[in-house]
Amino acid sequence: MDATNPLVTTPSPLRASRVRPGRRVADRALRISCLVATVVGAVVLGSILLMLIVEGIRGLSPTLFTQPTPGPGSEGGGIANAILGSLVLTTIGIVVATPVGVMAGTYLAEYGRGSKLADIIRFLNDVLLSAPSILIGLFVYTLMVRPMGTYSGWAGGVALAIIAVPVIVRTTEDMLRLVPGTLREAGAALGAPPSKVITSVTWRAASSGIVTGIILALARIAGETAPLLFTALNNNSWFSPNLMGGVANLPVMIYQFALSPYPNWQGLAWAGALLITTTILALSIIARLVIKPQNAR
Amino acid sequence: MNAASAMPTGDLSRGNPAADRAVRIAVKNLNFYYGSFHGLKNVNLNFYDRKVTALIGPSGCGKSTLLRCFNRIYSLYPEQRAEGEILLDGRNVLDSNVDLNELRSRIGMVFQKPTPFPMSIYDNVAFGLRLYEKLPKAELDVRVEESLRKSALWDEVKDKLRQPGTGLSGGQQQRLCIARTVAQKPEVILFDEPTSALDPISTGRIEELMEQLRDEFTIVIVTHNMQQAARISQYTAFMYLGELVEFGQTDKIFMNPNERKTQDYITGRFG
Repeated sequence: MDATNPLVTTPSPLRASRVRPGRRVADRALRISCLVATVVGAVVLGSILLMLIVEGIRGLSPTLFTQPTPGPGSEGGGIANAILGSLVLTTIGIVVATPVGVMAGTYLAEYGRGSKLADIIRFLNDVLLSAPSILIGLFVYTLMVRPMGTYSGWAGGVALAIIAVPVIVRTTEDMLRLVPGTLREAGAALGAPPSKVITSVTWRAASSGIVTGIILALARIAGETAPLLFTALNNNSWFSPNLMGGVANLPVMIYQFALSPYPNWQGLAWAGALLITTTILALSIIARLVIKPQNAR
Repeated sequence: MNAASAMPTGDLSRGNPAADRAVRIAVKNLNFYYGSFHGLKNVNLNFYDRKVTALIGPSGCGKSTLLRCFNRIYSLYPEQRAEGEILLDGRNVLDSNVDLNELRSRIGMVFQKPTPFPMSIYDNVAFGLRLYEKLPKAELDVRVEESLRKSALWDEVKDKLRQPGTGLSGGQQQRLCIARTVAQKPEVILFDEPTSALDPISTGRIEELMEQLRDEFTIVIVTHNMQQAARISQYTAFMYLGELVEFGQTDKIFMNPNERKTQDYITGRFG
């Protein structure tokens, strides 16, 4: 059915009837259902984002970043303590999780091929990856909060680290496995011992992938609420630098304020939600930009 | 001459000056196993100092396997093992108390696929140098330039030494790998089908390069390309199904081989 291409001929009625009528219907049905599913998904996501943006912007105020959370029923204020608290908690989480995750991922990819221990570790890592985060919160509560007698930012950071580690282990191992074996052989053939090959050649070759994994782990823990409920809880004043006692953080603040009857608090909750979402979006975009030059080779 | 039972060890005593023939590597009764698969069967072979020896044969005949025994690169894989002796200047390379890293700095290897490290051209060449020698910057610069000149790459990269090695073309990358190997001043250089992934022009340049290198290094090259073997090697070993079938001077092997199988392979009957 193409006037410009002499090789394609119009199907004769004889040929067209060879195709079962049911086949055409099925084809169209599949195409339509895929389209419908996509539209439904896009509409749902779109409306979430839309509501977030509209309500979040409504809750924005000049003092959002400069003042701590206001008392119940009072006006004004901001969420500066929650923002700072979240920054501190995620920093502790990622600083603890990154060395552990990268080293474990390196072990699994470089030293653990075919070893039984490595298989077990990999399996446990995948289990931990999908563990409900509230369980991790409970675990750290029993481990740290009860013995210490108080909620603390340290416990919160540790809980976030436990959530981040499996993500980093997985991405590090996957990225290292993508490095071709000939590159390692080339390093060994020059007389470099395995540790030097790993640090100078393999890690470098996989560096953008590993960094992407860390950024994605960061995006993941930035929004975790359940573990923080048991560990850092919340705090409505400026926090103490020793991180003892509850530490204000965005997710728990949103939880508390959104359920409250005060419009001021509700507005702040929406603003906080918008802030978290844009941060995670920014991190994901950065992660994509980092990995792009790697794949372009 | 009976083919099957004779141990072809390259008897070249007919009319060759002895001074020409110092043995650099002597392979004695070498057997190699991939797990339970017997990859090399009782190979006996000599490689002569500062000559180019080509290993030819159909796919799967064991030529790459043999090459990878010399620098023990197979030791990276636990299910691969070798038995027998490979004497480098009298010392058995297969001994368990050999320092592998030191061995590999004396026997260099260039692979089929160019493998520049993800670092600058300068750092690529300096990688091997930094492993074992503590050189001041000035001397390092000199050694890097010397290696790049020896690999016929200096003129093309002298203005962009800090750029990543991966940004070079295929042929340039392979010459960079050669420069990297040459920088360590090894005694032997192993080439595993070094030009099969390159275009004909790059192939020609690398062959020219090997002709310059052979005055200084003992070279063993595995190649599928018989014309290449005929062009650049002085000795050729023909292998088949894990065994050494025939070894001798390249001219003789290609023009008047002793073994029937060699003749069949050279004339393209199989492989």
